[in-house]
Amino acid sequence: MTALRPRRRRAGVLAALLTAVLAGAVLSVAIGAKSVPLGDVWHALWSPGGTESDIIVRTLRVPRTALGLLAGVALGVAGALMQGHTRNPLADPGLLGVTQGAAFAMVLAIIAFGVSNLYGYIWFGLAGALVASVGVFAIGSVGGRGGPSPLTLALAGTAVSAFLYALTSGLVLVNEQAMDVFRFWQAGSIAGRGAGVAWQVLPFIAAGLVLSLANAPGLNALSLGEDVARSLGRNVTATRALGITAVTLLTAGAVAACGALAFVGLIVPHLARALSGPDHRWLLPYSGLLGAAALLLADVVGRVVARPGELEAGVVLALIGAPFFVALVRRRKPVRL
Amino acid sequence: MTGVRLPHARPYRAGKISWLVRPRGVAAGLTGLALIAVLVALSLRIGDFPLSLSEIVASLTGTGGNHFVVVELRLPRALTGVLVGAALGLSGAITQSIARNALASPDILGVTSGASVTVVAVIVGSGSVYGGASGALAGVGIPVAALAGGLIGAVIVYSLAWRRGLDGYRLVLVGVGVAAVFTNVKYWLMTTGDVNDSSRAMVWISGSLNGRGWEHVAPVAYALVVLVPLCLAGTRVLSALRFGDETATGLGVRLNAARAVLLLGAVLLAAVATAAAGPIAFVALAAPQIALRLAGVAQPPLVVSAVTGAVLTSAADLAARSLFAPVELPVGVVTAVLGAPYLIYLLIRARREARS
Repeated sequence: MTALRPRRRRAGVLAALLTAVLAGAVLSVAIGAKSVPLGDVWHALWSPGGTESDIIVRTLRVPRTALGLLAGVALGVAGALMQGHTRNPLADPGLLGVTQGAAFAMVLAIIAFGVSNLYGYIWFGLAGALVASVGVFAIGSVGGRGGPSPLTLALAGTAVSAFLYALTSGLVLVNEQAMDVFRFWQAGSIAGRGAGVAWQVLPFIAAGLVLSLANAPGLNALSLGEDVARSLGRNVTATRALGITAVTLLTAGAVAACGALAFVGLIVPHLARALSGPDHRWLLPYSGLLGAAALLLADVVGRVVARPGELEAGVVLALIGAPFFVALVRRRKPVRL
Repeated sequence: MTGVRLPHARPYRAGKISWLVRPRGVAAGLTGLALIAVLVALSLRIGDFPLSLSEIVASLTGTGGNHFVVVELRLPRALTGVLVGAALGLSGAITQSIARNALASPDILGVTSGASVTVVAVIVGSGSVYGGASGALAGVGIPVAALAGGLIGAVIVYSLAWRRGLDGYRLVLVGVGVAAVFTNVKYWLMTTGDVNDSSRAMVWISGSLNGRGWEHVAPVAYALVVLVPLCLAGTRVLSALRFGDETATGLGVRLNAARAVLLLGAVLLAAVATAAAGPIAFVALAAPQIALRLAGVAQPPLVVSAVTGAVLTSAADLAARSLFAPVELPVGVVTAVLGAPYLIYLLIRARREARS
């Protein structure tokens, strides 16, 4: 009886979250600057004929929705992993320098290498994110035996992030073209990226998701404390390294494609934790689905409220999500890490 | 930090009052003060118009011909840097102790993010007008907007986090939420205006000591004179907080009152500093973490944090205005470039020590 009830409840929550993601995806395909009747949308999806609405739906809205889905899942899962590994509620998936590494590499690409197309930025962003994260992990591991401690990692990540952010802001202050790209990148958006971008980051995010699900049981053991985890037969260093690799792949993919949205991964896991409790085997999927639903819905709202212009998804998400988050924190006792 | 040694700490008593003196902390503090003196002297000397030490002394005592350059331009700028850095370091130390979180800084109290969004709104909103009226607006409008925005941000965080008392964990989470709103409104504002306004906003957001005069020194100095004793009186409370709420209550600390007063101090310090120089990045976060590793204690020491913040900010400003002269960088760009490698070095050294 007692074993059955939580399981049934969890399945229910999972179904509700899946429905929310599905609803977000449907709205994202159906709603936009040009109103396309639902029938035409359906038609465009299944039997395209080359009409204007077919082109809008297939080349603009579907890739955008796919990217929102990918980035939302990636950031939600990465945030939950990051907070679990550092046991710090202030940890976001960009904590290990991923976000600022991507930003610095993109700005450098514009200024030093004259890169001016989107695909070029994204490759640089991915490379910068990976290098920064590996650097932070190396700094955290230097000198000590065994893996880096969560606090050392968090502080090293913060220091490296601040360092890179300083370099980036120095660069954009002297280069107007870079400033113009950077200010839109830091607001975070999934608009106007095209299908190529989603395919470009898909391998990174897919690999990250597989690794993070494999990491969940180990992370559960780690949250009992490193000594207990060790006595339960876990290799603490390997678990830690696996988790960090997963976070890096997920965040690098999402951030390089969509800009500085990493704070999605800061807030969403706290909401998911309120639904799932501390078990990471449930927290990770909840958090991923919630991230996708939130990002897709925020993007749709951003298209609707500022017609004919758009509001960036990252901005909408903060404006709607954060007050909701604060209300939740106030209403009940937060599930502690 | 594990393996912390407390070398020969000795309590000194005078009647009912006792004070624990740690030689390593005292040494760190004194070294810091000496460094500040050197840095101030250097920033009086270095500039477009280099001066010798004797010329500086002469103009300080009122007999030299360079009175204007030294007393009206360089000295207030150097002092603003020292005071703002001290205020940020102290504010960060208090915030981290109350939140029991090494990643906390006055940003999560809503101060810097509130100030940033207000000032960016003023800069972007006034647009081209700003260029014409930069004197009056930059001199009075921006600091007042920053102070007002910072205090409003703090009031919002404070009132939302208060729920039959102030819990450190809830404060952090509420602060994250409020800061997310402010920061993203700021980003959005930066995408709406002209790209030149964005650049100007970026300079302020980074934090700059360019053109700071005595009118910037005075408010920070007054705030420090009032708030430093208040915060130091809370040292005992902060040390007790480290053990958890129940133990602190058991030790006779009136938790809610103590936290409220100390947080108010941290908010005011950060708000005044931000109004004077913009939200200089990284000082409030890094100074306490550097200080506790230098002093060899488990929790950010208040005085050493303030001194560290002052050293970091003055050194950064000196580098910001002399390294790429005549181009001047905002000081906030350099604080992280200087402070981050040093913090990383300390982290690595601590691990080495823990192993050996």
